[in-house]
Amino acid sequence: MTAATHFRTCPTTGLKIDRSAENLIKANAVVAVVFLLIGGLFGLSIALTRWPAVHLLPADWFYLALTAHGFDVLLAWIIFFEMAVLYFASAILLNSRIAAPRWGWAQFWLMLVGALMTNVAVLQGNSSVMFTSYPPLVAAPHFYLGLVLFAVGALIGCAVFFGTLVVARDEKTYQGSVPLVTFGAITAAIIAVFTLACGAIILIPTFLWSIGIISGVDPLMYKLVWWGMGHSSQQINVAAHVAVWYAIGAMVLGAKPISEKVSRMAFLMYILFLQLASAHHLLVEPGVSSSWKIFNTSYAMYLAVLGSMIHGMTVPGAIEAAQRAKGFNKGLFEWLRKAPWGNPAFAGMFLSLVMFGFLGGISGVVMGTEQINLIIHNTIYVPGHFHATVVAGTTLAFMAITYLLVPLIFRREVMFKKVAQWQPYVFGLGIAGISLFMMGAGTLGVPRRHWDITFADALSQFQFSPAAFLMLALNGLSAIVAAIGGAMYIIVVVCSVFLGRKIGDNEVVQLGPVSGAASAAAVARYGNEGTLKIPGTVVLVAVFFVSFVLYYFVNWKYLAEVWPLK
Amino acid sequence: MSGPQSNEPGQPERTPFFQRVLDNPFLLLFLGVTIPTVVYLIWGIMEIIQIPLASP
Ligand code: HEM
Ligand SMILES: [Cu+2]
Repeated sequence: MTAATHFRTCPTTGLKIDRSAENLIKANAVVAVVFLLIGGLFGLSIALTRWPAVHLLPADWFYLALTAHGFDVLLAWIIFFEMAVLYFASAILLNSRIAAPRWGWAQFWLMLVGALMTNVAVLQGNSSVMFTSYPPLVAAPHFYLGLVLFAVGALIGCAVFFGTLVVARDEKTYQGSVPLVTFGAITAAIIAVFTLACGAIILIPTFLWSIGIISGVDPLMYKLVWWGMGHSSQQINVAAHVAVWYAIGAMVLGAKPISEKVSRMAFLMYILFLQLASAHHLLVEPGVSSSWKIFNTSYAMYLAVLGSMIHGMTVPGAIEAAQRAKGFNKGLFEWLRKAPWGNPAFAGMFLSLVMFGFLGGISGVVMGTEQINLIIHNTIYVPGHFHATVVAGTTLAFMAITYLLVPLIFRREVMFKKVAQWQPYVFGLGIAGISLFMMGAGTLGVPRRHWDITFADALSQFQFSPAAFLMLALNGLSAIVAAIGGAMYIIVVVCSVFLGRKIGDNEVVQLGPVSGAASAAAVARYGNEGTLKIPGTVVLVAVFFVSFVLYYFVNWKYLAEVWPLK
Repeated sequence: MSGPQSNEPGQPERTPFFQRVLDNPFLLLFLGVTIPTVVYLIWGIMEIIQIPLASP
């Protein structure tokens, strides 16, 4: 088996790179980007439809585009990219061959065929059931079949990942414990197993129902199991993008984790508790008890949130420690001011971190509170929240690491440097806008997944406040900015990968201000920075907490107003 | 299935217990699948099947 493995040595990092792993990473990343392009265009078209003055699409196209958008970006783009991350964090970072590369290709083809099948079903027009596909809405059978193939493919990818961990351990390709980035990927893969199993468990009967073999699927049972997938898959994203944050800090700045122990504990919290928060999607369902809701979304979930807060401190902390070690010691924030803001990998990563925490994290915990959930349930606040998590957080982080994968794995120079430099800022600005304005509109009661809030052809009328219309217009404008930022990413990446200058076999590339060896030592080895001198980070965290507490109480106040106790 | 030793050569102390737990991905996989299956799925399913059916 080993005889068939071909390695090359990376001239920059000195890591041994299995070419089959490298090819799998390339294939998954390229397909991911294609789905981002398709899904992003659908996203723009629905945002322009929800802008009442533009109202781009007719109703049936709106729901078709909404279904395609949800599937193509949330599942296809993210999970294909995550497969690339899993192979990178196992085979590459552990200096190992990949286990069972043939199965890796089975993962790739099954997911691709599945994703195409579901897209075809949606585009044929009789599967506009949204990506949640709640029964009794029924889609064409190949809509579900595609999803099942996609999920099975991704499960195989997880198996290859775990297999590679075993190979690396048995062949002693690394010493001691796995590096933190790999540990984060393990977290993501574990959550993925539960996620994909839930998906398969519920979508197979739904498929059988769509072809008439079974007579029905209970809607509440469906929601329960489906959200085991729908929510947990967001937690794969969180674990994966936190791992990517650590990876970028390490590769660009040589930042080692402040404490492996603490960061690993935070990941352990994810493994144990994060998936339980799936219950927050059922907070208004009458068929499940309050004990179940409260246990799953509060007691257990807050432990997982604690994990996120730890990462929110240790990721910037690691960067601060690394910067201070380079001599940026003046005052509280010299380390931050002198950070490589012109490096799109770093800029994207830091923006992702800040926006995920402040916009996505705070709004998520607040709306996940059973009582407060009532004021925003099924409003456009919800997509506002999750565009902050899965777009500003995950998507921006994945975009950022692409700027490192292009030279290291695709071995091409990044083209259009200036465009690449601006890309994270433009995209970040657009996404911050769509998150905030959708949340704003939701606070004013605007529903999600709604084609026309003017109710022009409805029997009963309702008048939203002019502010709500303003919010949706600002959302449309922000969507245009975000789409420009997305297009910048796609142009830079696609041109670089196919037309960029080839990097020579012995050519060293500069990832950031540190040497390739320092990057490799930080990202591919277990070890601590071992300092707690991070005063700047402590101040940032304090600001975060104050915002968090304020926002939390503002929402209780707001709840008391919409629902006065007499 | 015990995790690898993190000892550098010439550094004889044992890997701490907790680190060995975290070094075992399959133990973590077991926990990460079992806990949500019991607390979220099974508990939730039990509650749903206890809802009485409407009589016509
Ligand atoms: C140019 C970028 C994007 C824009 C302008 C955009 C805009 C929108 C809009 C306007 C909605 C509809 C809200 C509603 O009416 O309920 C929506 C829904 C959604 N978006 Fe995006 N989005 C973008 C990127 C993304 C990305 C990258 C992801 C995932 C990684 C994502 C995931 C979703 C999901 C899951 C939904 C919910 C669909 C549903 O309710 O069925 N979006 N988006
Ligand atoms: Cu959720």
